[in-house]
Amino acid sequence: MLDMPRVAKMDTPGVLPGVSSPLPSAVSLNNVEMRFGPTRAVKPLSLDVQQGEFFSILGPSGCGKTTLLRLIAGILKPTAGQVFINGEDMAGVPQNMRATAMIFQSLALFPFMTVWENIAFGLEARGMAKKERRRRAQELLELIALPDHGGRLPGELSGGQRQRVAIARALAIQPKVLLLDEPLSALDLKLRQHMRAELRSLQKSTGVTFFYITHDQSEALAMSDRVAVMNAGTLQQVGTPHELYSRPGTRFVAEFVGETNVLSGSVSRIENGTAVLDCPEGRFAGRSTPGLREGAKARLYVRPEAMRIGDGNHNDLALTIERYDFEGAFATAHAVLEGSYPRRDVSVTISQQSLSSAPAIGAPFRAGFCARDAIVLPDE
Amino acid sequence: MTNDINVSPMHTQSGASQRLWSWLGRAGSRLYLFAFVGFLLGPLAILGGAAFNDSSFPTVSPWQGGTLKWLQALFHDGEIGDALVSSGIVAGGVILVSLPVGLASALVLNSLNGRARGFVYGLMVSPMLIPGIVIGISTLLFWRQVGVNGGYFLTILAQASFITSFVMLMIAAQLQRFDRTMEDAALGLGASRLMVLRRILLPYLRPAVLAACCLAFLQSFENYNTTLFVRGTETPLTVFIATKVRTGLTPVINALGLVMMLAALIGALLWELKRMKGFARADRS
Amino acid sequence: MSEIFQRFGKTLGGIFVALVLLWLAGLVLVPGIYMVNAALTPRLPLALRGGPDDVYVLENFAYLLNHPNHGWIFVKTIWSSALVTFVTLLLCYPVAYWLAQVARKWQMRLMLVLMLVPYLMNEVLRGLAWYIILAFSGPLNAMLMGLGLLDEPHRWYGDGGVLAGMAYAYILFMLFPIYNAICTLDRDQINAARNLGSATWRIHRRIVLPHAKVGIATGCVFVFMMAAGSYVAPALLGAPGSRWFTQLVYEWFFEIGNWNRGAAYGVALMAMCLTVVLGLLALFRVNLTSAIK
Ligand SMILES: Nc1ncnc2c1ncn2[C@@H]1O[C@H](COP(=O)(O)OP(=O)(O)OP(=O)(O)O)[C@@H](O)[C@H]1O
Ligand SMILES: [Mg+2]
Repeated sequence: MLDMPRVAKMDTPGVLPGVSSPLPSAVSLNNVEMRFGPTRAVKPLSLDVQQGEFFSILGPSGCGKTTLLRLIAGILKPTAGQVFINGEDMAGVPQNMRATAMIFQSLALFPFMTVWENIAFGLEARGMAKKERRRRAQELLELIALPDHGGRLPGELSGGQRQRVAIARALAIQPKVLLLDEPLSALDLKLRQHMRAELRSLQKSTGVTFFYITHDQSEALAMSDRVAVMNAGTLQQVGTPHELYSRPGTRFVAEFVGETNVLSGSVSRIENGTAVLDCPEGRFAGRSTPGLREGAKARLYVRPEAMRIGDGNHNDLALTIERYDFEGAFATAHAVLEGSYPRRDVSVTISQQSLSSAPAIGAPFRAGFCARDAIVLPDE
Repeated sequence: MTNDINVSPMHTQSGASQRLWSWLGRAGSRLYLFAFVGFLLGPLAILGGAAFNDSSFPTVSPWQGGTLKWLQALFHDGEIGDALVSSGIVAGGVILVSLPVGLASALVLNSLNGRARGFVYGLMVSPMLIPGIVIGISTLLFWRQVGVNGGYFLTILAQASFITSFVMLMIAAQLQRFDRTMEDAALGLGASRLMVLRRILLPYLRPAVLAACCLAFLQSFENYNTTLFVRGTETPLTVFIATKVRTGLTPVINALGLVMMLAALIGALLWELKRMKGFARADRS
Repeated sequence: MSEIFQRFGKTLGGIFVALVLLWLAGLVLVPGIYMVNAALTPRLPLALRGGPDDVYVLENFAYLLNHPNHGWIFVKTIWSSALVTFVTLLLCYPVAYWLAQVARKWQMRLMLVLMLVPYLMNEVLRGLAWYIILAFSGPLNAMLMGLGLLDEPHRWYGDGGVLAGMAYAYILFMLFPIYNAICTLDRDQINAARNLGSATWRIHRRIVLPHAKVGIATGCVFVFMMAAGSYVAPALLGAPGSRWFTQLVYEWFFEIGNWNRGAAYGVALMAMCLTVVLGLLALFRVNLTSAIK
């Protein structure tokens, strides 16, 4: 599926200012803003997505993810800023002339067309002959492992099959960028996990840039090359899943991505990249971050799996176990920090092997963590 | 049926009188229903029955012996044939005008929101709320100014001016249930606006458009009040029948009525059949 | 407006808007204005048009008010249409309720098919049926005399005949909207009320009637409007002594040839109908959008 007429032929292959690499970004947003009357669904934000990247936007419901996607697809026009696709300014380019294809939250398959007609719709729009269209559709049907389902109507397929047809329909027009709006949210858990792997391998095999939207962090972290965390119309942080997880840049990211324990207090000292925090529960050290000032309020975040049970740790906490949640390979111990008021919960991940020696419910115990596994962020 | 399971602890009457009352109630309502159906169908029976009476004026009393001559005469009656053709021309013209305009109106209405929508809606249904003869005379008065007199053209325009409202309503009802992301999906795949209309919207609206087509035909075919004023020298079927009543009614008209009744019965059965199929499909999905 | 062009593009959106404008302006609004204009101008020979006498006057309306009979005929038409509306409502409500909530499926289907037959037939044939029934030597007189209720045939043609014909012609326009409205009422609501010990009449007054309100309003609006504008029933079933307003309009146009006066009469009829329709909607507290769907 390579030699097809390009979707949109722009006359000026304009180069994005400030981009020096030979390949322009697949998607580039420059201070894009979207207002609906008084509400600002997307506040001015900039973003670069590389060619062939699996890029995700992760954020809670209503934070403006769909709006952002619609801006890129051209369904909405930004109230300010520019959208570049492949380095070309999309101002004034209608949605049917953009090198993007969108997969909708509702899939939006055409119910009265057969599966192959659905897949070939974009080719029909480009005036391809019927025979050729059929051939292409058949290729795509094989790609999505539904070679014998071309004659059916969408209503006669299962949820996962419909999902794949929607993807094939979008891929048929050989988009530069595939825009996916929570495409898996309607599926059950098993199918969702299966489709995750399938999407990922599809992206690798086709080389198409995926711009993926989800509010499910495990989805975003598992599939993406890079993730942007979004909240209330702004981008909080852009990075690889590992960066986001281990080095959250803002309080929102730290608390939204993954499970974490929080301690809050004021910074007493910063040296050698380590910040020491004075809390009512004691004094704790963690990695320092930019923007931290001595004497200012700050929060320390530490992952449950970074917690170690036993005495003699640096950052030592006195805890009482309340309950265990068994999650197969490991268990999570939910404990209460002793002497904390209001009560502060701390969770500790305990591996299968050490479960037998773990403290009993109701028993006091001590746990701590290494300063380099914790991060201190300013309290904004 | 769920309404058979009744707990009625509050009744104070004795069992026997309660049963009597409920029996009376059921008998009464049955009687009323029969009377209602009789009121609806009795006149039609008399209308059709008179087609077989060997009397030169259409009636069923006195019965002067059965005959099929009126039915036979119907099929050789050139005037009735002409009137049918005339009605057909008008109905065809009305469909040609009302369908595209009604479709466009439904699409326009569907795109609007809020106050604009309410206002446009009011304008679009207003022709349905004006008596037919008023539509007839306003059309006649306006076009006379331009030098056009009554005839097929005016009849089609006058009828279309209110039949379009019905067409619009039928199509708009279906359009309300349309998922508009399908349009965005099609556009995103590179379709032109025209292609979205042709391949997405029209196929989706097809059942409603067909139903609206039938409705427009029926409304036009039945129309009398508006037609009377704008027909010029043309004589569509309804006008023809009404004229016959004055100039000499024969049971041939009853034979015509009988045939139309049969056509209506077939139409009603088809409609009901289609509705049943629709239910069956709704049950399956 | 901009939504339309955004959705359909300039060309298609333009065509749609143009079609709608042609319809609403060209077929409805402008002819309506012409009618009002004609109603407000005196009838003048061609030579005097545009001359000093071609001014707006109310004489056509004044004629209607001052005429010894026409005013009364106008009132009679309104009153009779209201009566027809009320009677058909009373007749239809129980049947609509039965069809929508009580009848078994086959009963409902049979009834609907039977009722569609007269509904699909045209108004003239429906009027003709009553023309035959009410004829001087027709079946009604024959039956009544056969039963000994009448000694000699009665002349039924006249106001009574017209009312019967109208009720017959428009009754289904009352039945179907009410039926549709009651159909959407959840049967469990009625069961719940009955369970709570409500009497039948109270169930209707508190639950079914409020739910059917929209259907009742729609039915009333259409039946009234059609009865007031009916020409067939008076033409077929009226008598020389009993004339109706629509007949007056027709006479002005095609027998006397004073179109200006006819236009004034038409405007009066339209104004009255719109007033009553809006009044009915206000009375039922139903807005236009939900009444006509
Ligand atoms: N057409 C519109 N008019 C007005 N406000 C809108 C419109 N579309 C979106 N919004 C508002 O913009 C904000 C962002 O909406 P958006 O649909 O982008 O959220 P989302 O992140 O996709 O949420 P979800 O995960 O629930 O799909 C919301 O507050 C929403 O109410
Ligand atoms: Mg969304």
